[in-house]
Amino acid sequence: MVKLPIYMDYQATTPVDPEVMEVMLPYFTEKFGNAHSRSHSFGWESSDAVEVARKQIADVIKADAKEVIFTSGATESNNLALKGAAYFYKDHKKHIITVKTEHKCVLDACRHLEEDGFEVTYLPVGSDGLLDLHVLEKNIRPDTLLVSIMSVNNEIGVIQPIKEIGEICRKNGSLFHTDAAQAFGKIPLDVDLMNIDMLSISAHKIYGPKGVGALYVRKRPRVRLSPLMNGGGQERGMRSGTVPTPLIVGFGKAAEIANSRMEEDFDRIKKLADRFTSAINDQIPDVYFNGNQVHKWPGCVNVSFAYIEGESLILAIKGLAVSSGSACTSASLEPSYVLKSLGLEDELAHSSIRFGFGRFSTEEQVDYALEVIFAGVKKLRDMSPLWEMAQEGIDLRTVQWTDH
Amino acid sequence: MAYSSKVMDHYENPKNVGSMDKNDPSVGTGLVGAPSCGDVMKLQLKIKDGVIEDAKFKTFGCGSAIASSSLVTEWVKGKTIEEAQKIRNVEIAKHLSLPPVKIHCSVLAEDAIKSAILDYQKKTKESV
Repeated sequence: MVKLPIYMDYQATTPVDPEVMEVMLPYFTEKFGNAHSRSHSFGWESSDAVEVARKQIADVIKADAKEVIFTSGATESNNLALKGAAYFYKDHKKHIITVKTEHKCVLDACRHLEEDGFEVTYLPVGSDGLLDLHVLEKNIRPDTLLVSIMSVNNEIGVIQPIKEIGEICRKNGSLFHTDAAQAFGKIPLDVDLMNIDMLSISAHKIYGPKGVGALYVRKRPRVRLSPLMNGGGQERGMRSGTVPTPLIVGFGKAAEIANSRMEEDFDRIKKLADRFTSAINDQIPDVYFNGNQVHKWPGCVNVSFAYIEGESLILAIKGLAVSSGSACTSASLEPSYVLKSLGLEDELAHSSIRFGFGRFSTEEQVDYALEVIFAGVKKLRDMSPLWEMAQEGIDLRTVQWTDH
Repeated sequence: MAYSSKVMDHYENPKNVGSMDKNDPSVGTGLVGAPSCGDVMKLQLKIKDGVIEDAKFKTFGCGSAIASSSLVTEWVKGKTIEEAQKIRNVEIAKHLSLPPVKIHCSVLAEDAIKSAILDYQKKTKESV
């Protein structure tokens, strides 16, 4: 019997790998030194461990360890990259380019910069969620300071053409930042090959602990940032504050594991996701898989079940821990802006569920999930006036609805 | 979203799910809401001599929307048209302990009753 509930929200966070947990523990207790203490062995021991982790993380993206700055997570890394670069270079350039489907923290940091006098262009994406490179080429300008485009989208899993974007940025003299929270350790990334100047990482998306992340900041040619916080000047002056050694040790180990089993994890997760999507495709009519289905991280399956509202489906499949693009799970009552950016009609955005697969997903869990989903979809479609109307051949777009 | 046990109960075991013949002169049909807003309710009332004999619903929407419609089908049965028209969304919201962000579901349920009655009255007028 499969153990319930089944975790299918790997984009939100992941459990700490037991191996990761094990290496962290001594750094909470006996090896508790402040990594910035230069005068005794407690500090040296902690500092050595931090440097090992820095190298483990740098190796995943083929960077030099010195280029890795520790932060509290990807939100901080994204803020540091965007605001740090903007404020440092503000006297020379004031234009920033990003994409409408970025994570909220990137969009919100951009809004903040707009209020501070920067000009931000929010590029649209195609109906498959991918950026058209010609659109970027048309919008990049001599005064474009920074282009920030995520590697893997957190809601639909699509992989942007990072290498091509990097080339365009380099050619035009703009810095290139990518939010790789969902990509790091999952797909191959190479900062030199891809001309990436800054790259954001989160530990808890790769089976590491919550509360720690990193920003890769290129040394050659050197990218300079104004720090968000003032203090002791740790992390090359870009991020003051005592580094959390136990978290960093775990982060490093998680990165090492992710790097060593990247291919194995990818293939296994792809197999599970394929089993899942093909069964849904075969068994349920009127389903739509959102985002490009080829250029994507397979562990993120975003699907709209037409004529069913997403939150009611989450209730119906309550043994499964998933999240929805529906408004009703949030306080805002607005459906997902990412799905809307794909041109998805509101009703399909309301009908979407994100299923996540990860290192600890099993075939047994997938099969159980499918059963529950089939039953839930049937129950709710039997109850749905829209399904009934569609079966009667009524075109729902011609109906006079009473918007509220 | 943490729901009250009453919402969950109606959601798990919805009462009176189904459809009646919308061309039947004794059936009033109300269709309210919009797919783009994430909720649509269809409420049908079978009325005889001014009394609601039967009620059926189908709802596209969140747990609260389904629970609100299920609840009103129970409430209106046996009531006269006048009594049913007096059902207010605040009573529905209170009974189900709906959180503030879900109040619109109860408003929609009240609208559905009014809309179904209106449809019935229009039909009876036409047949006179």
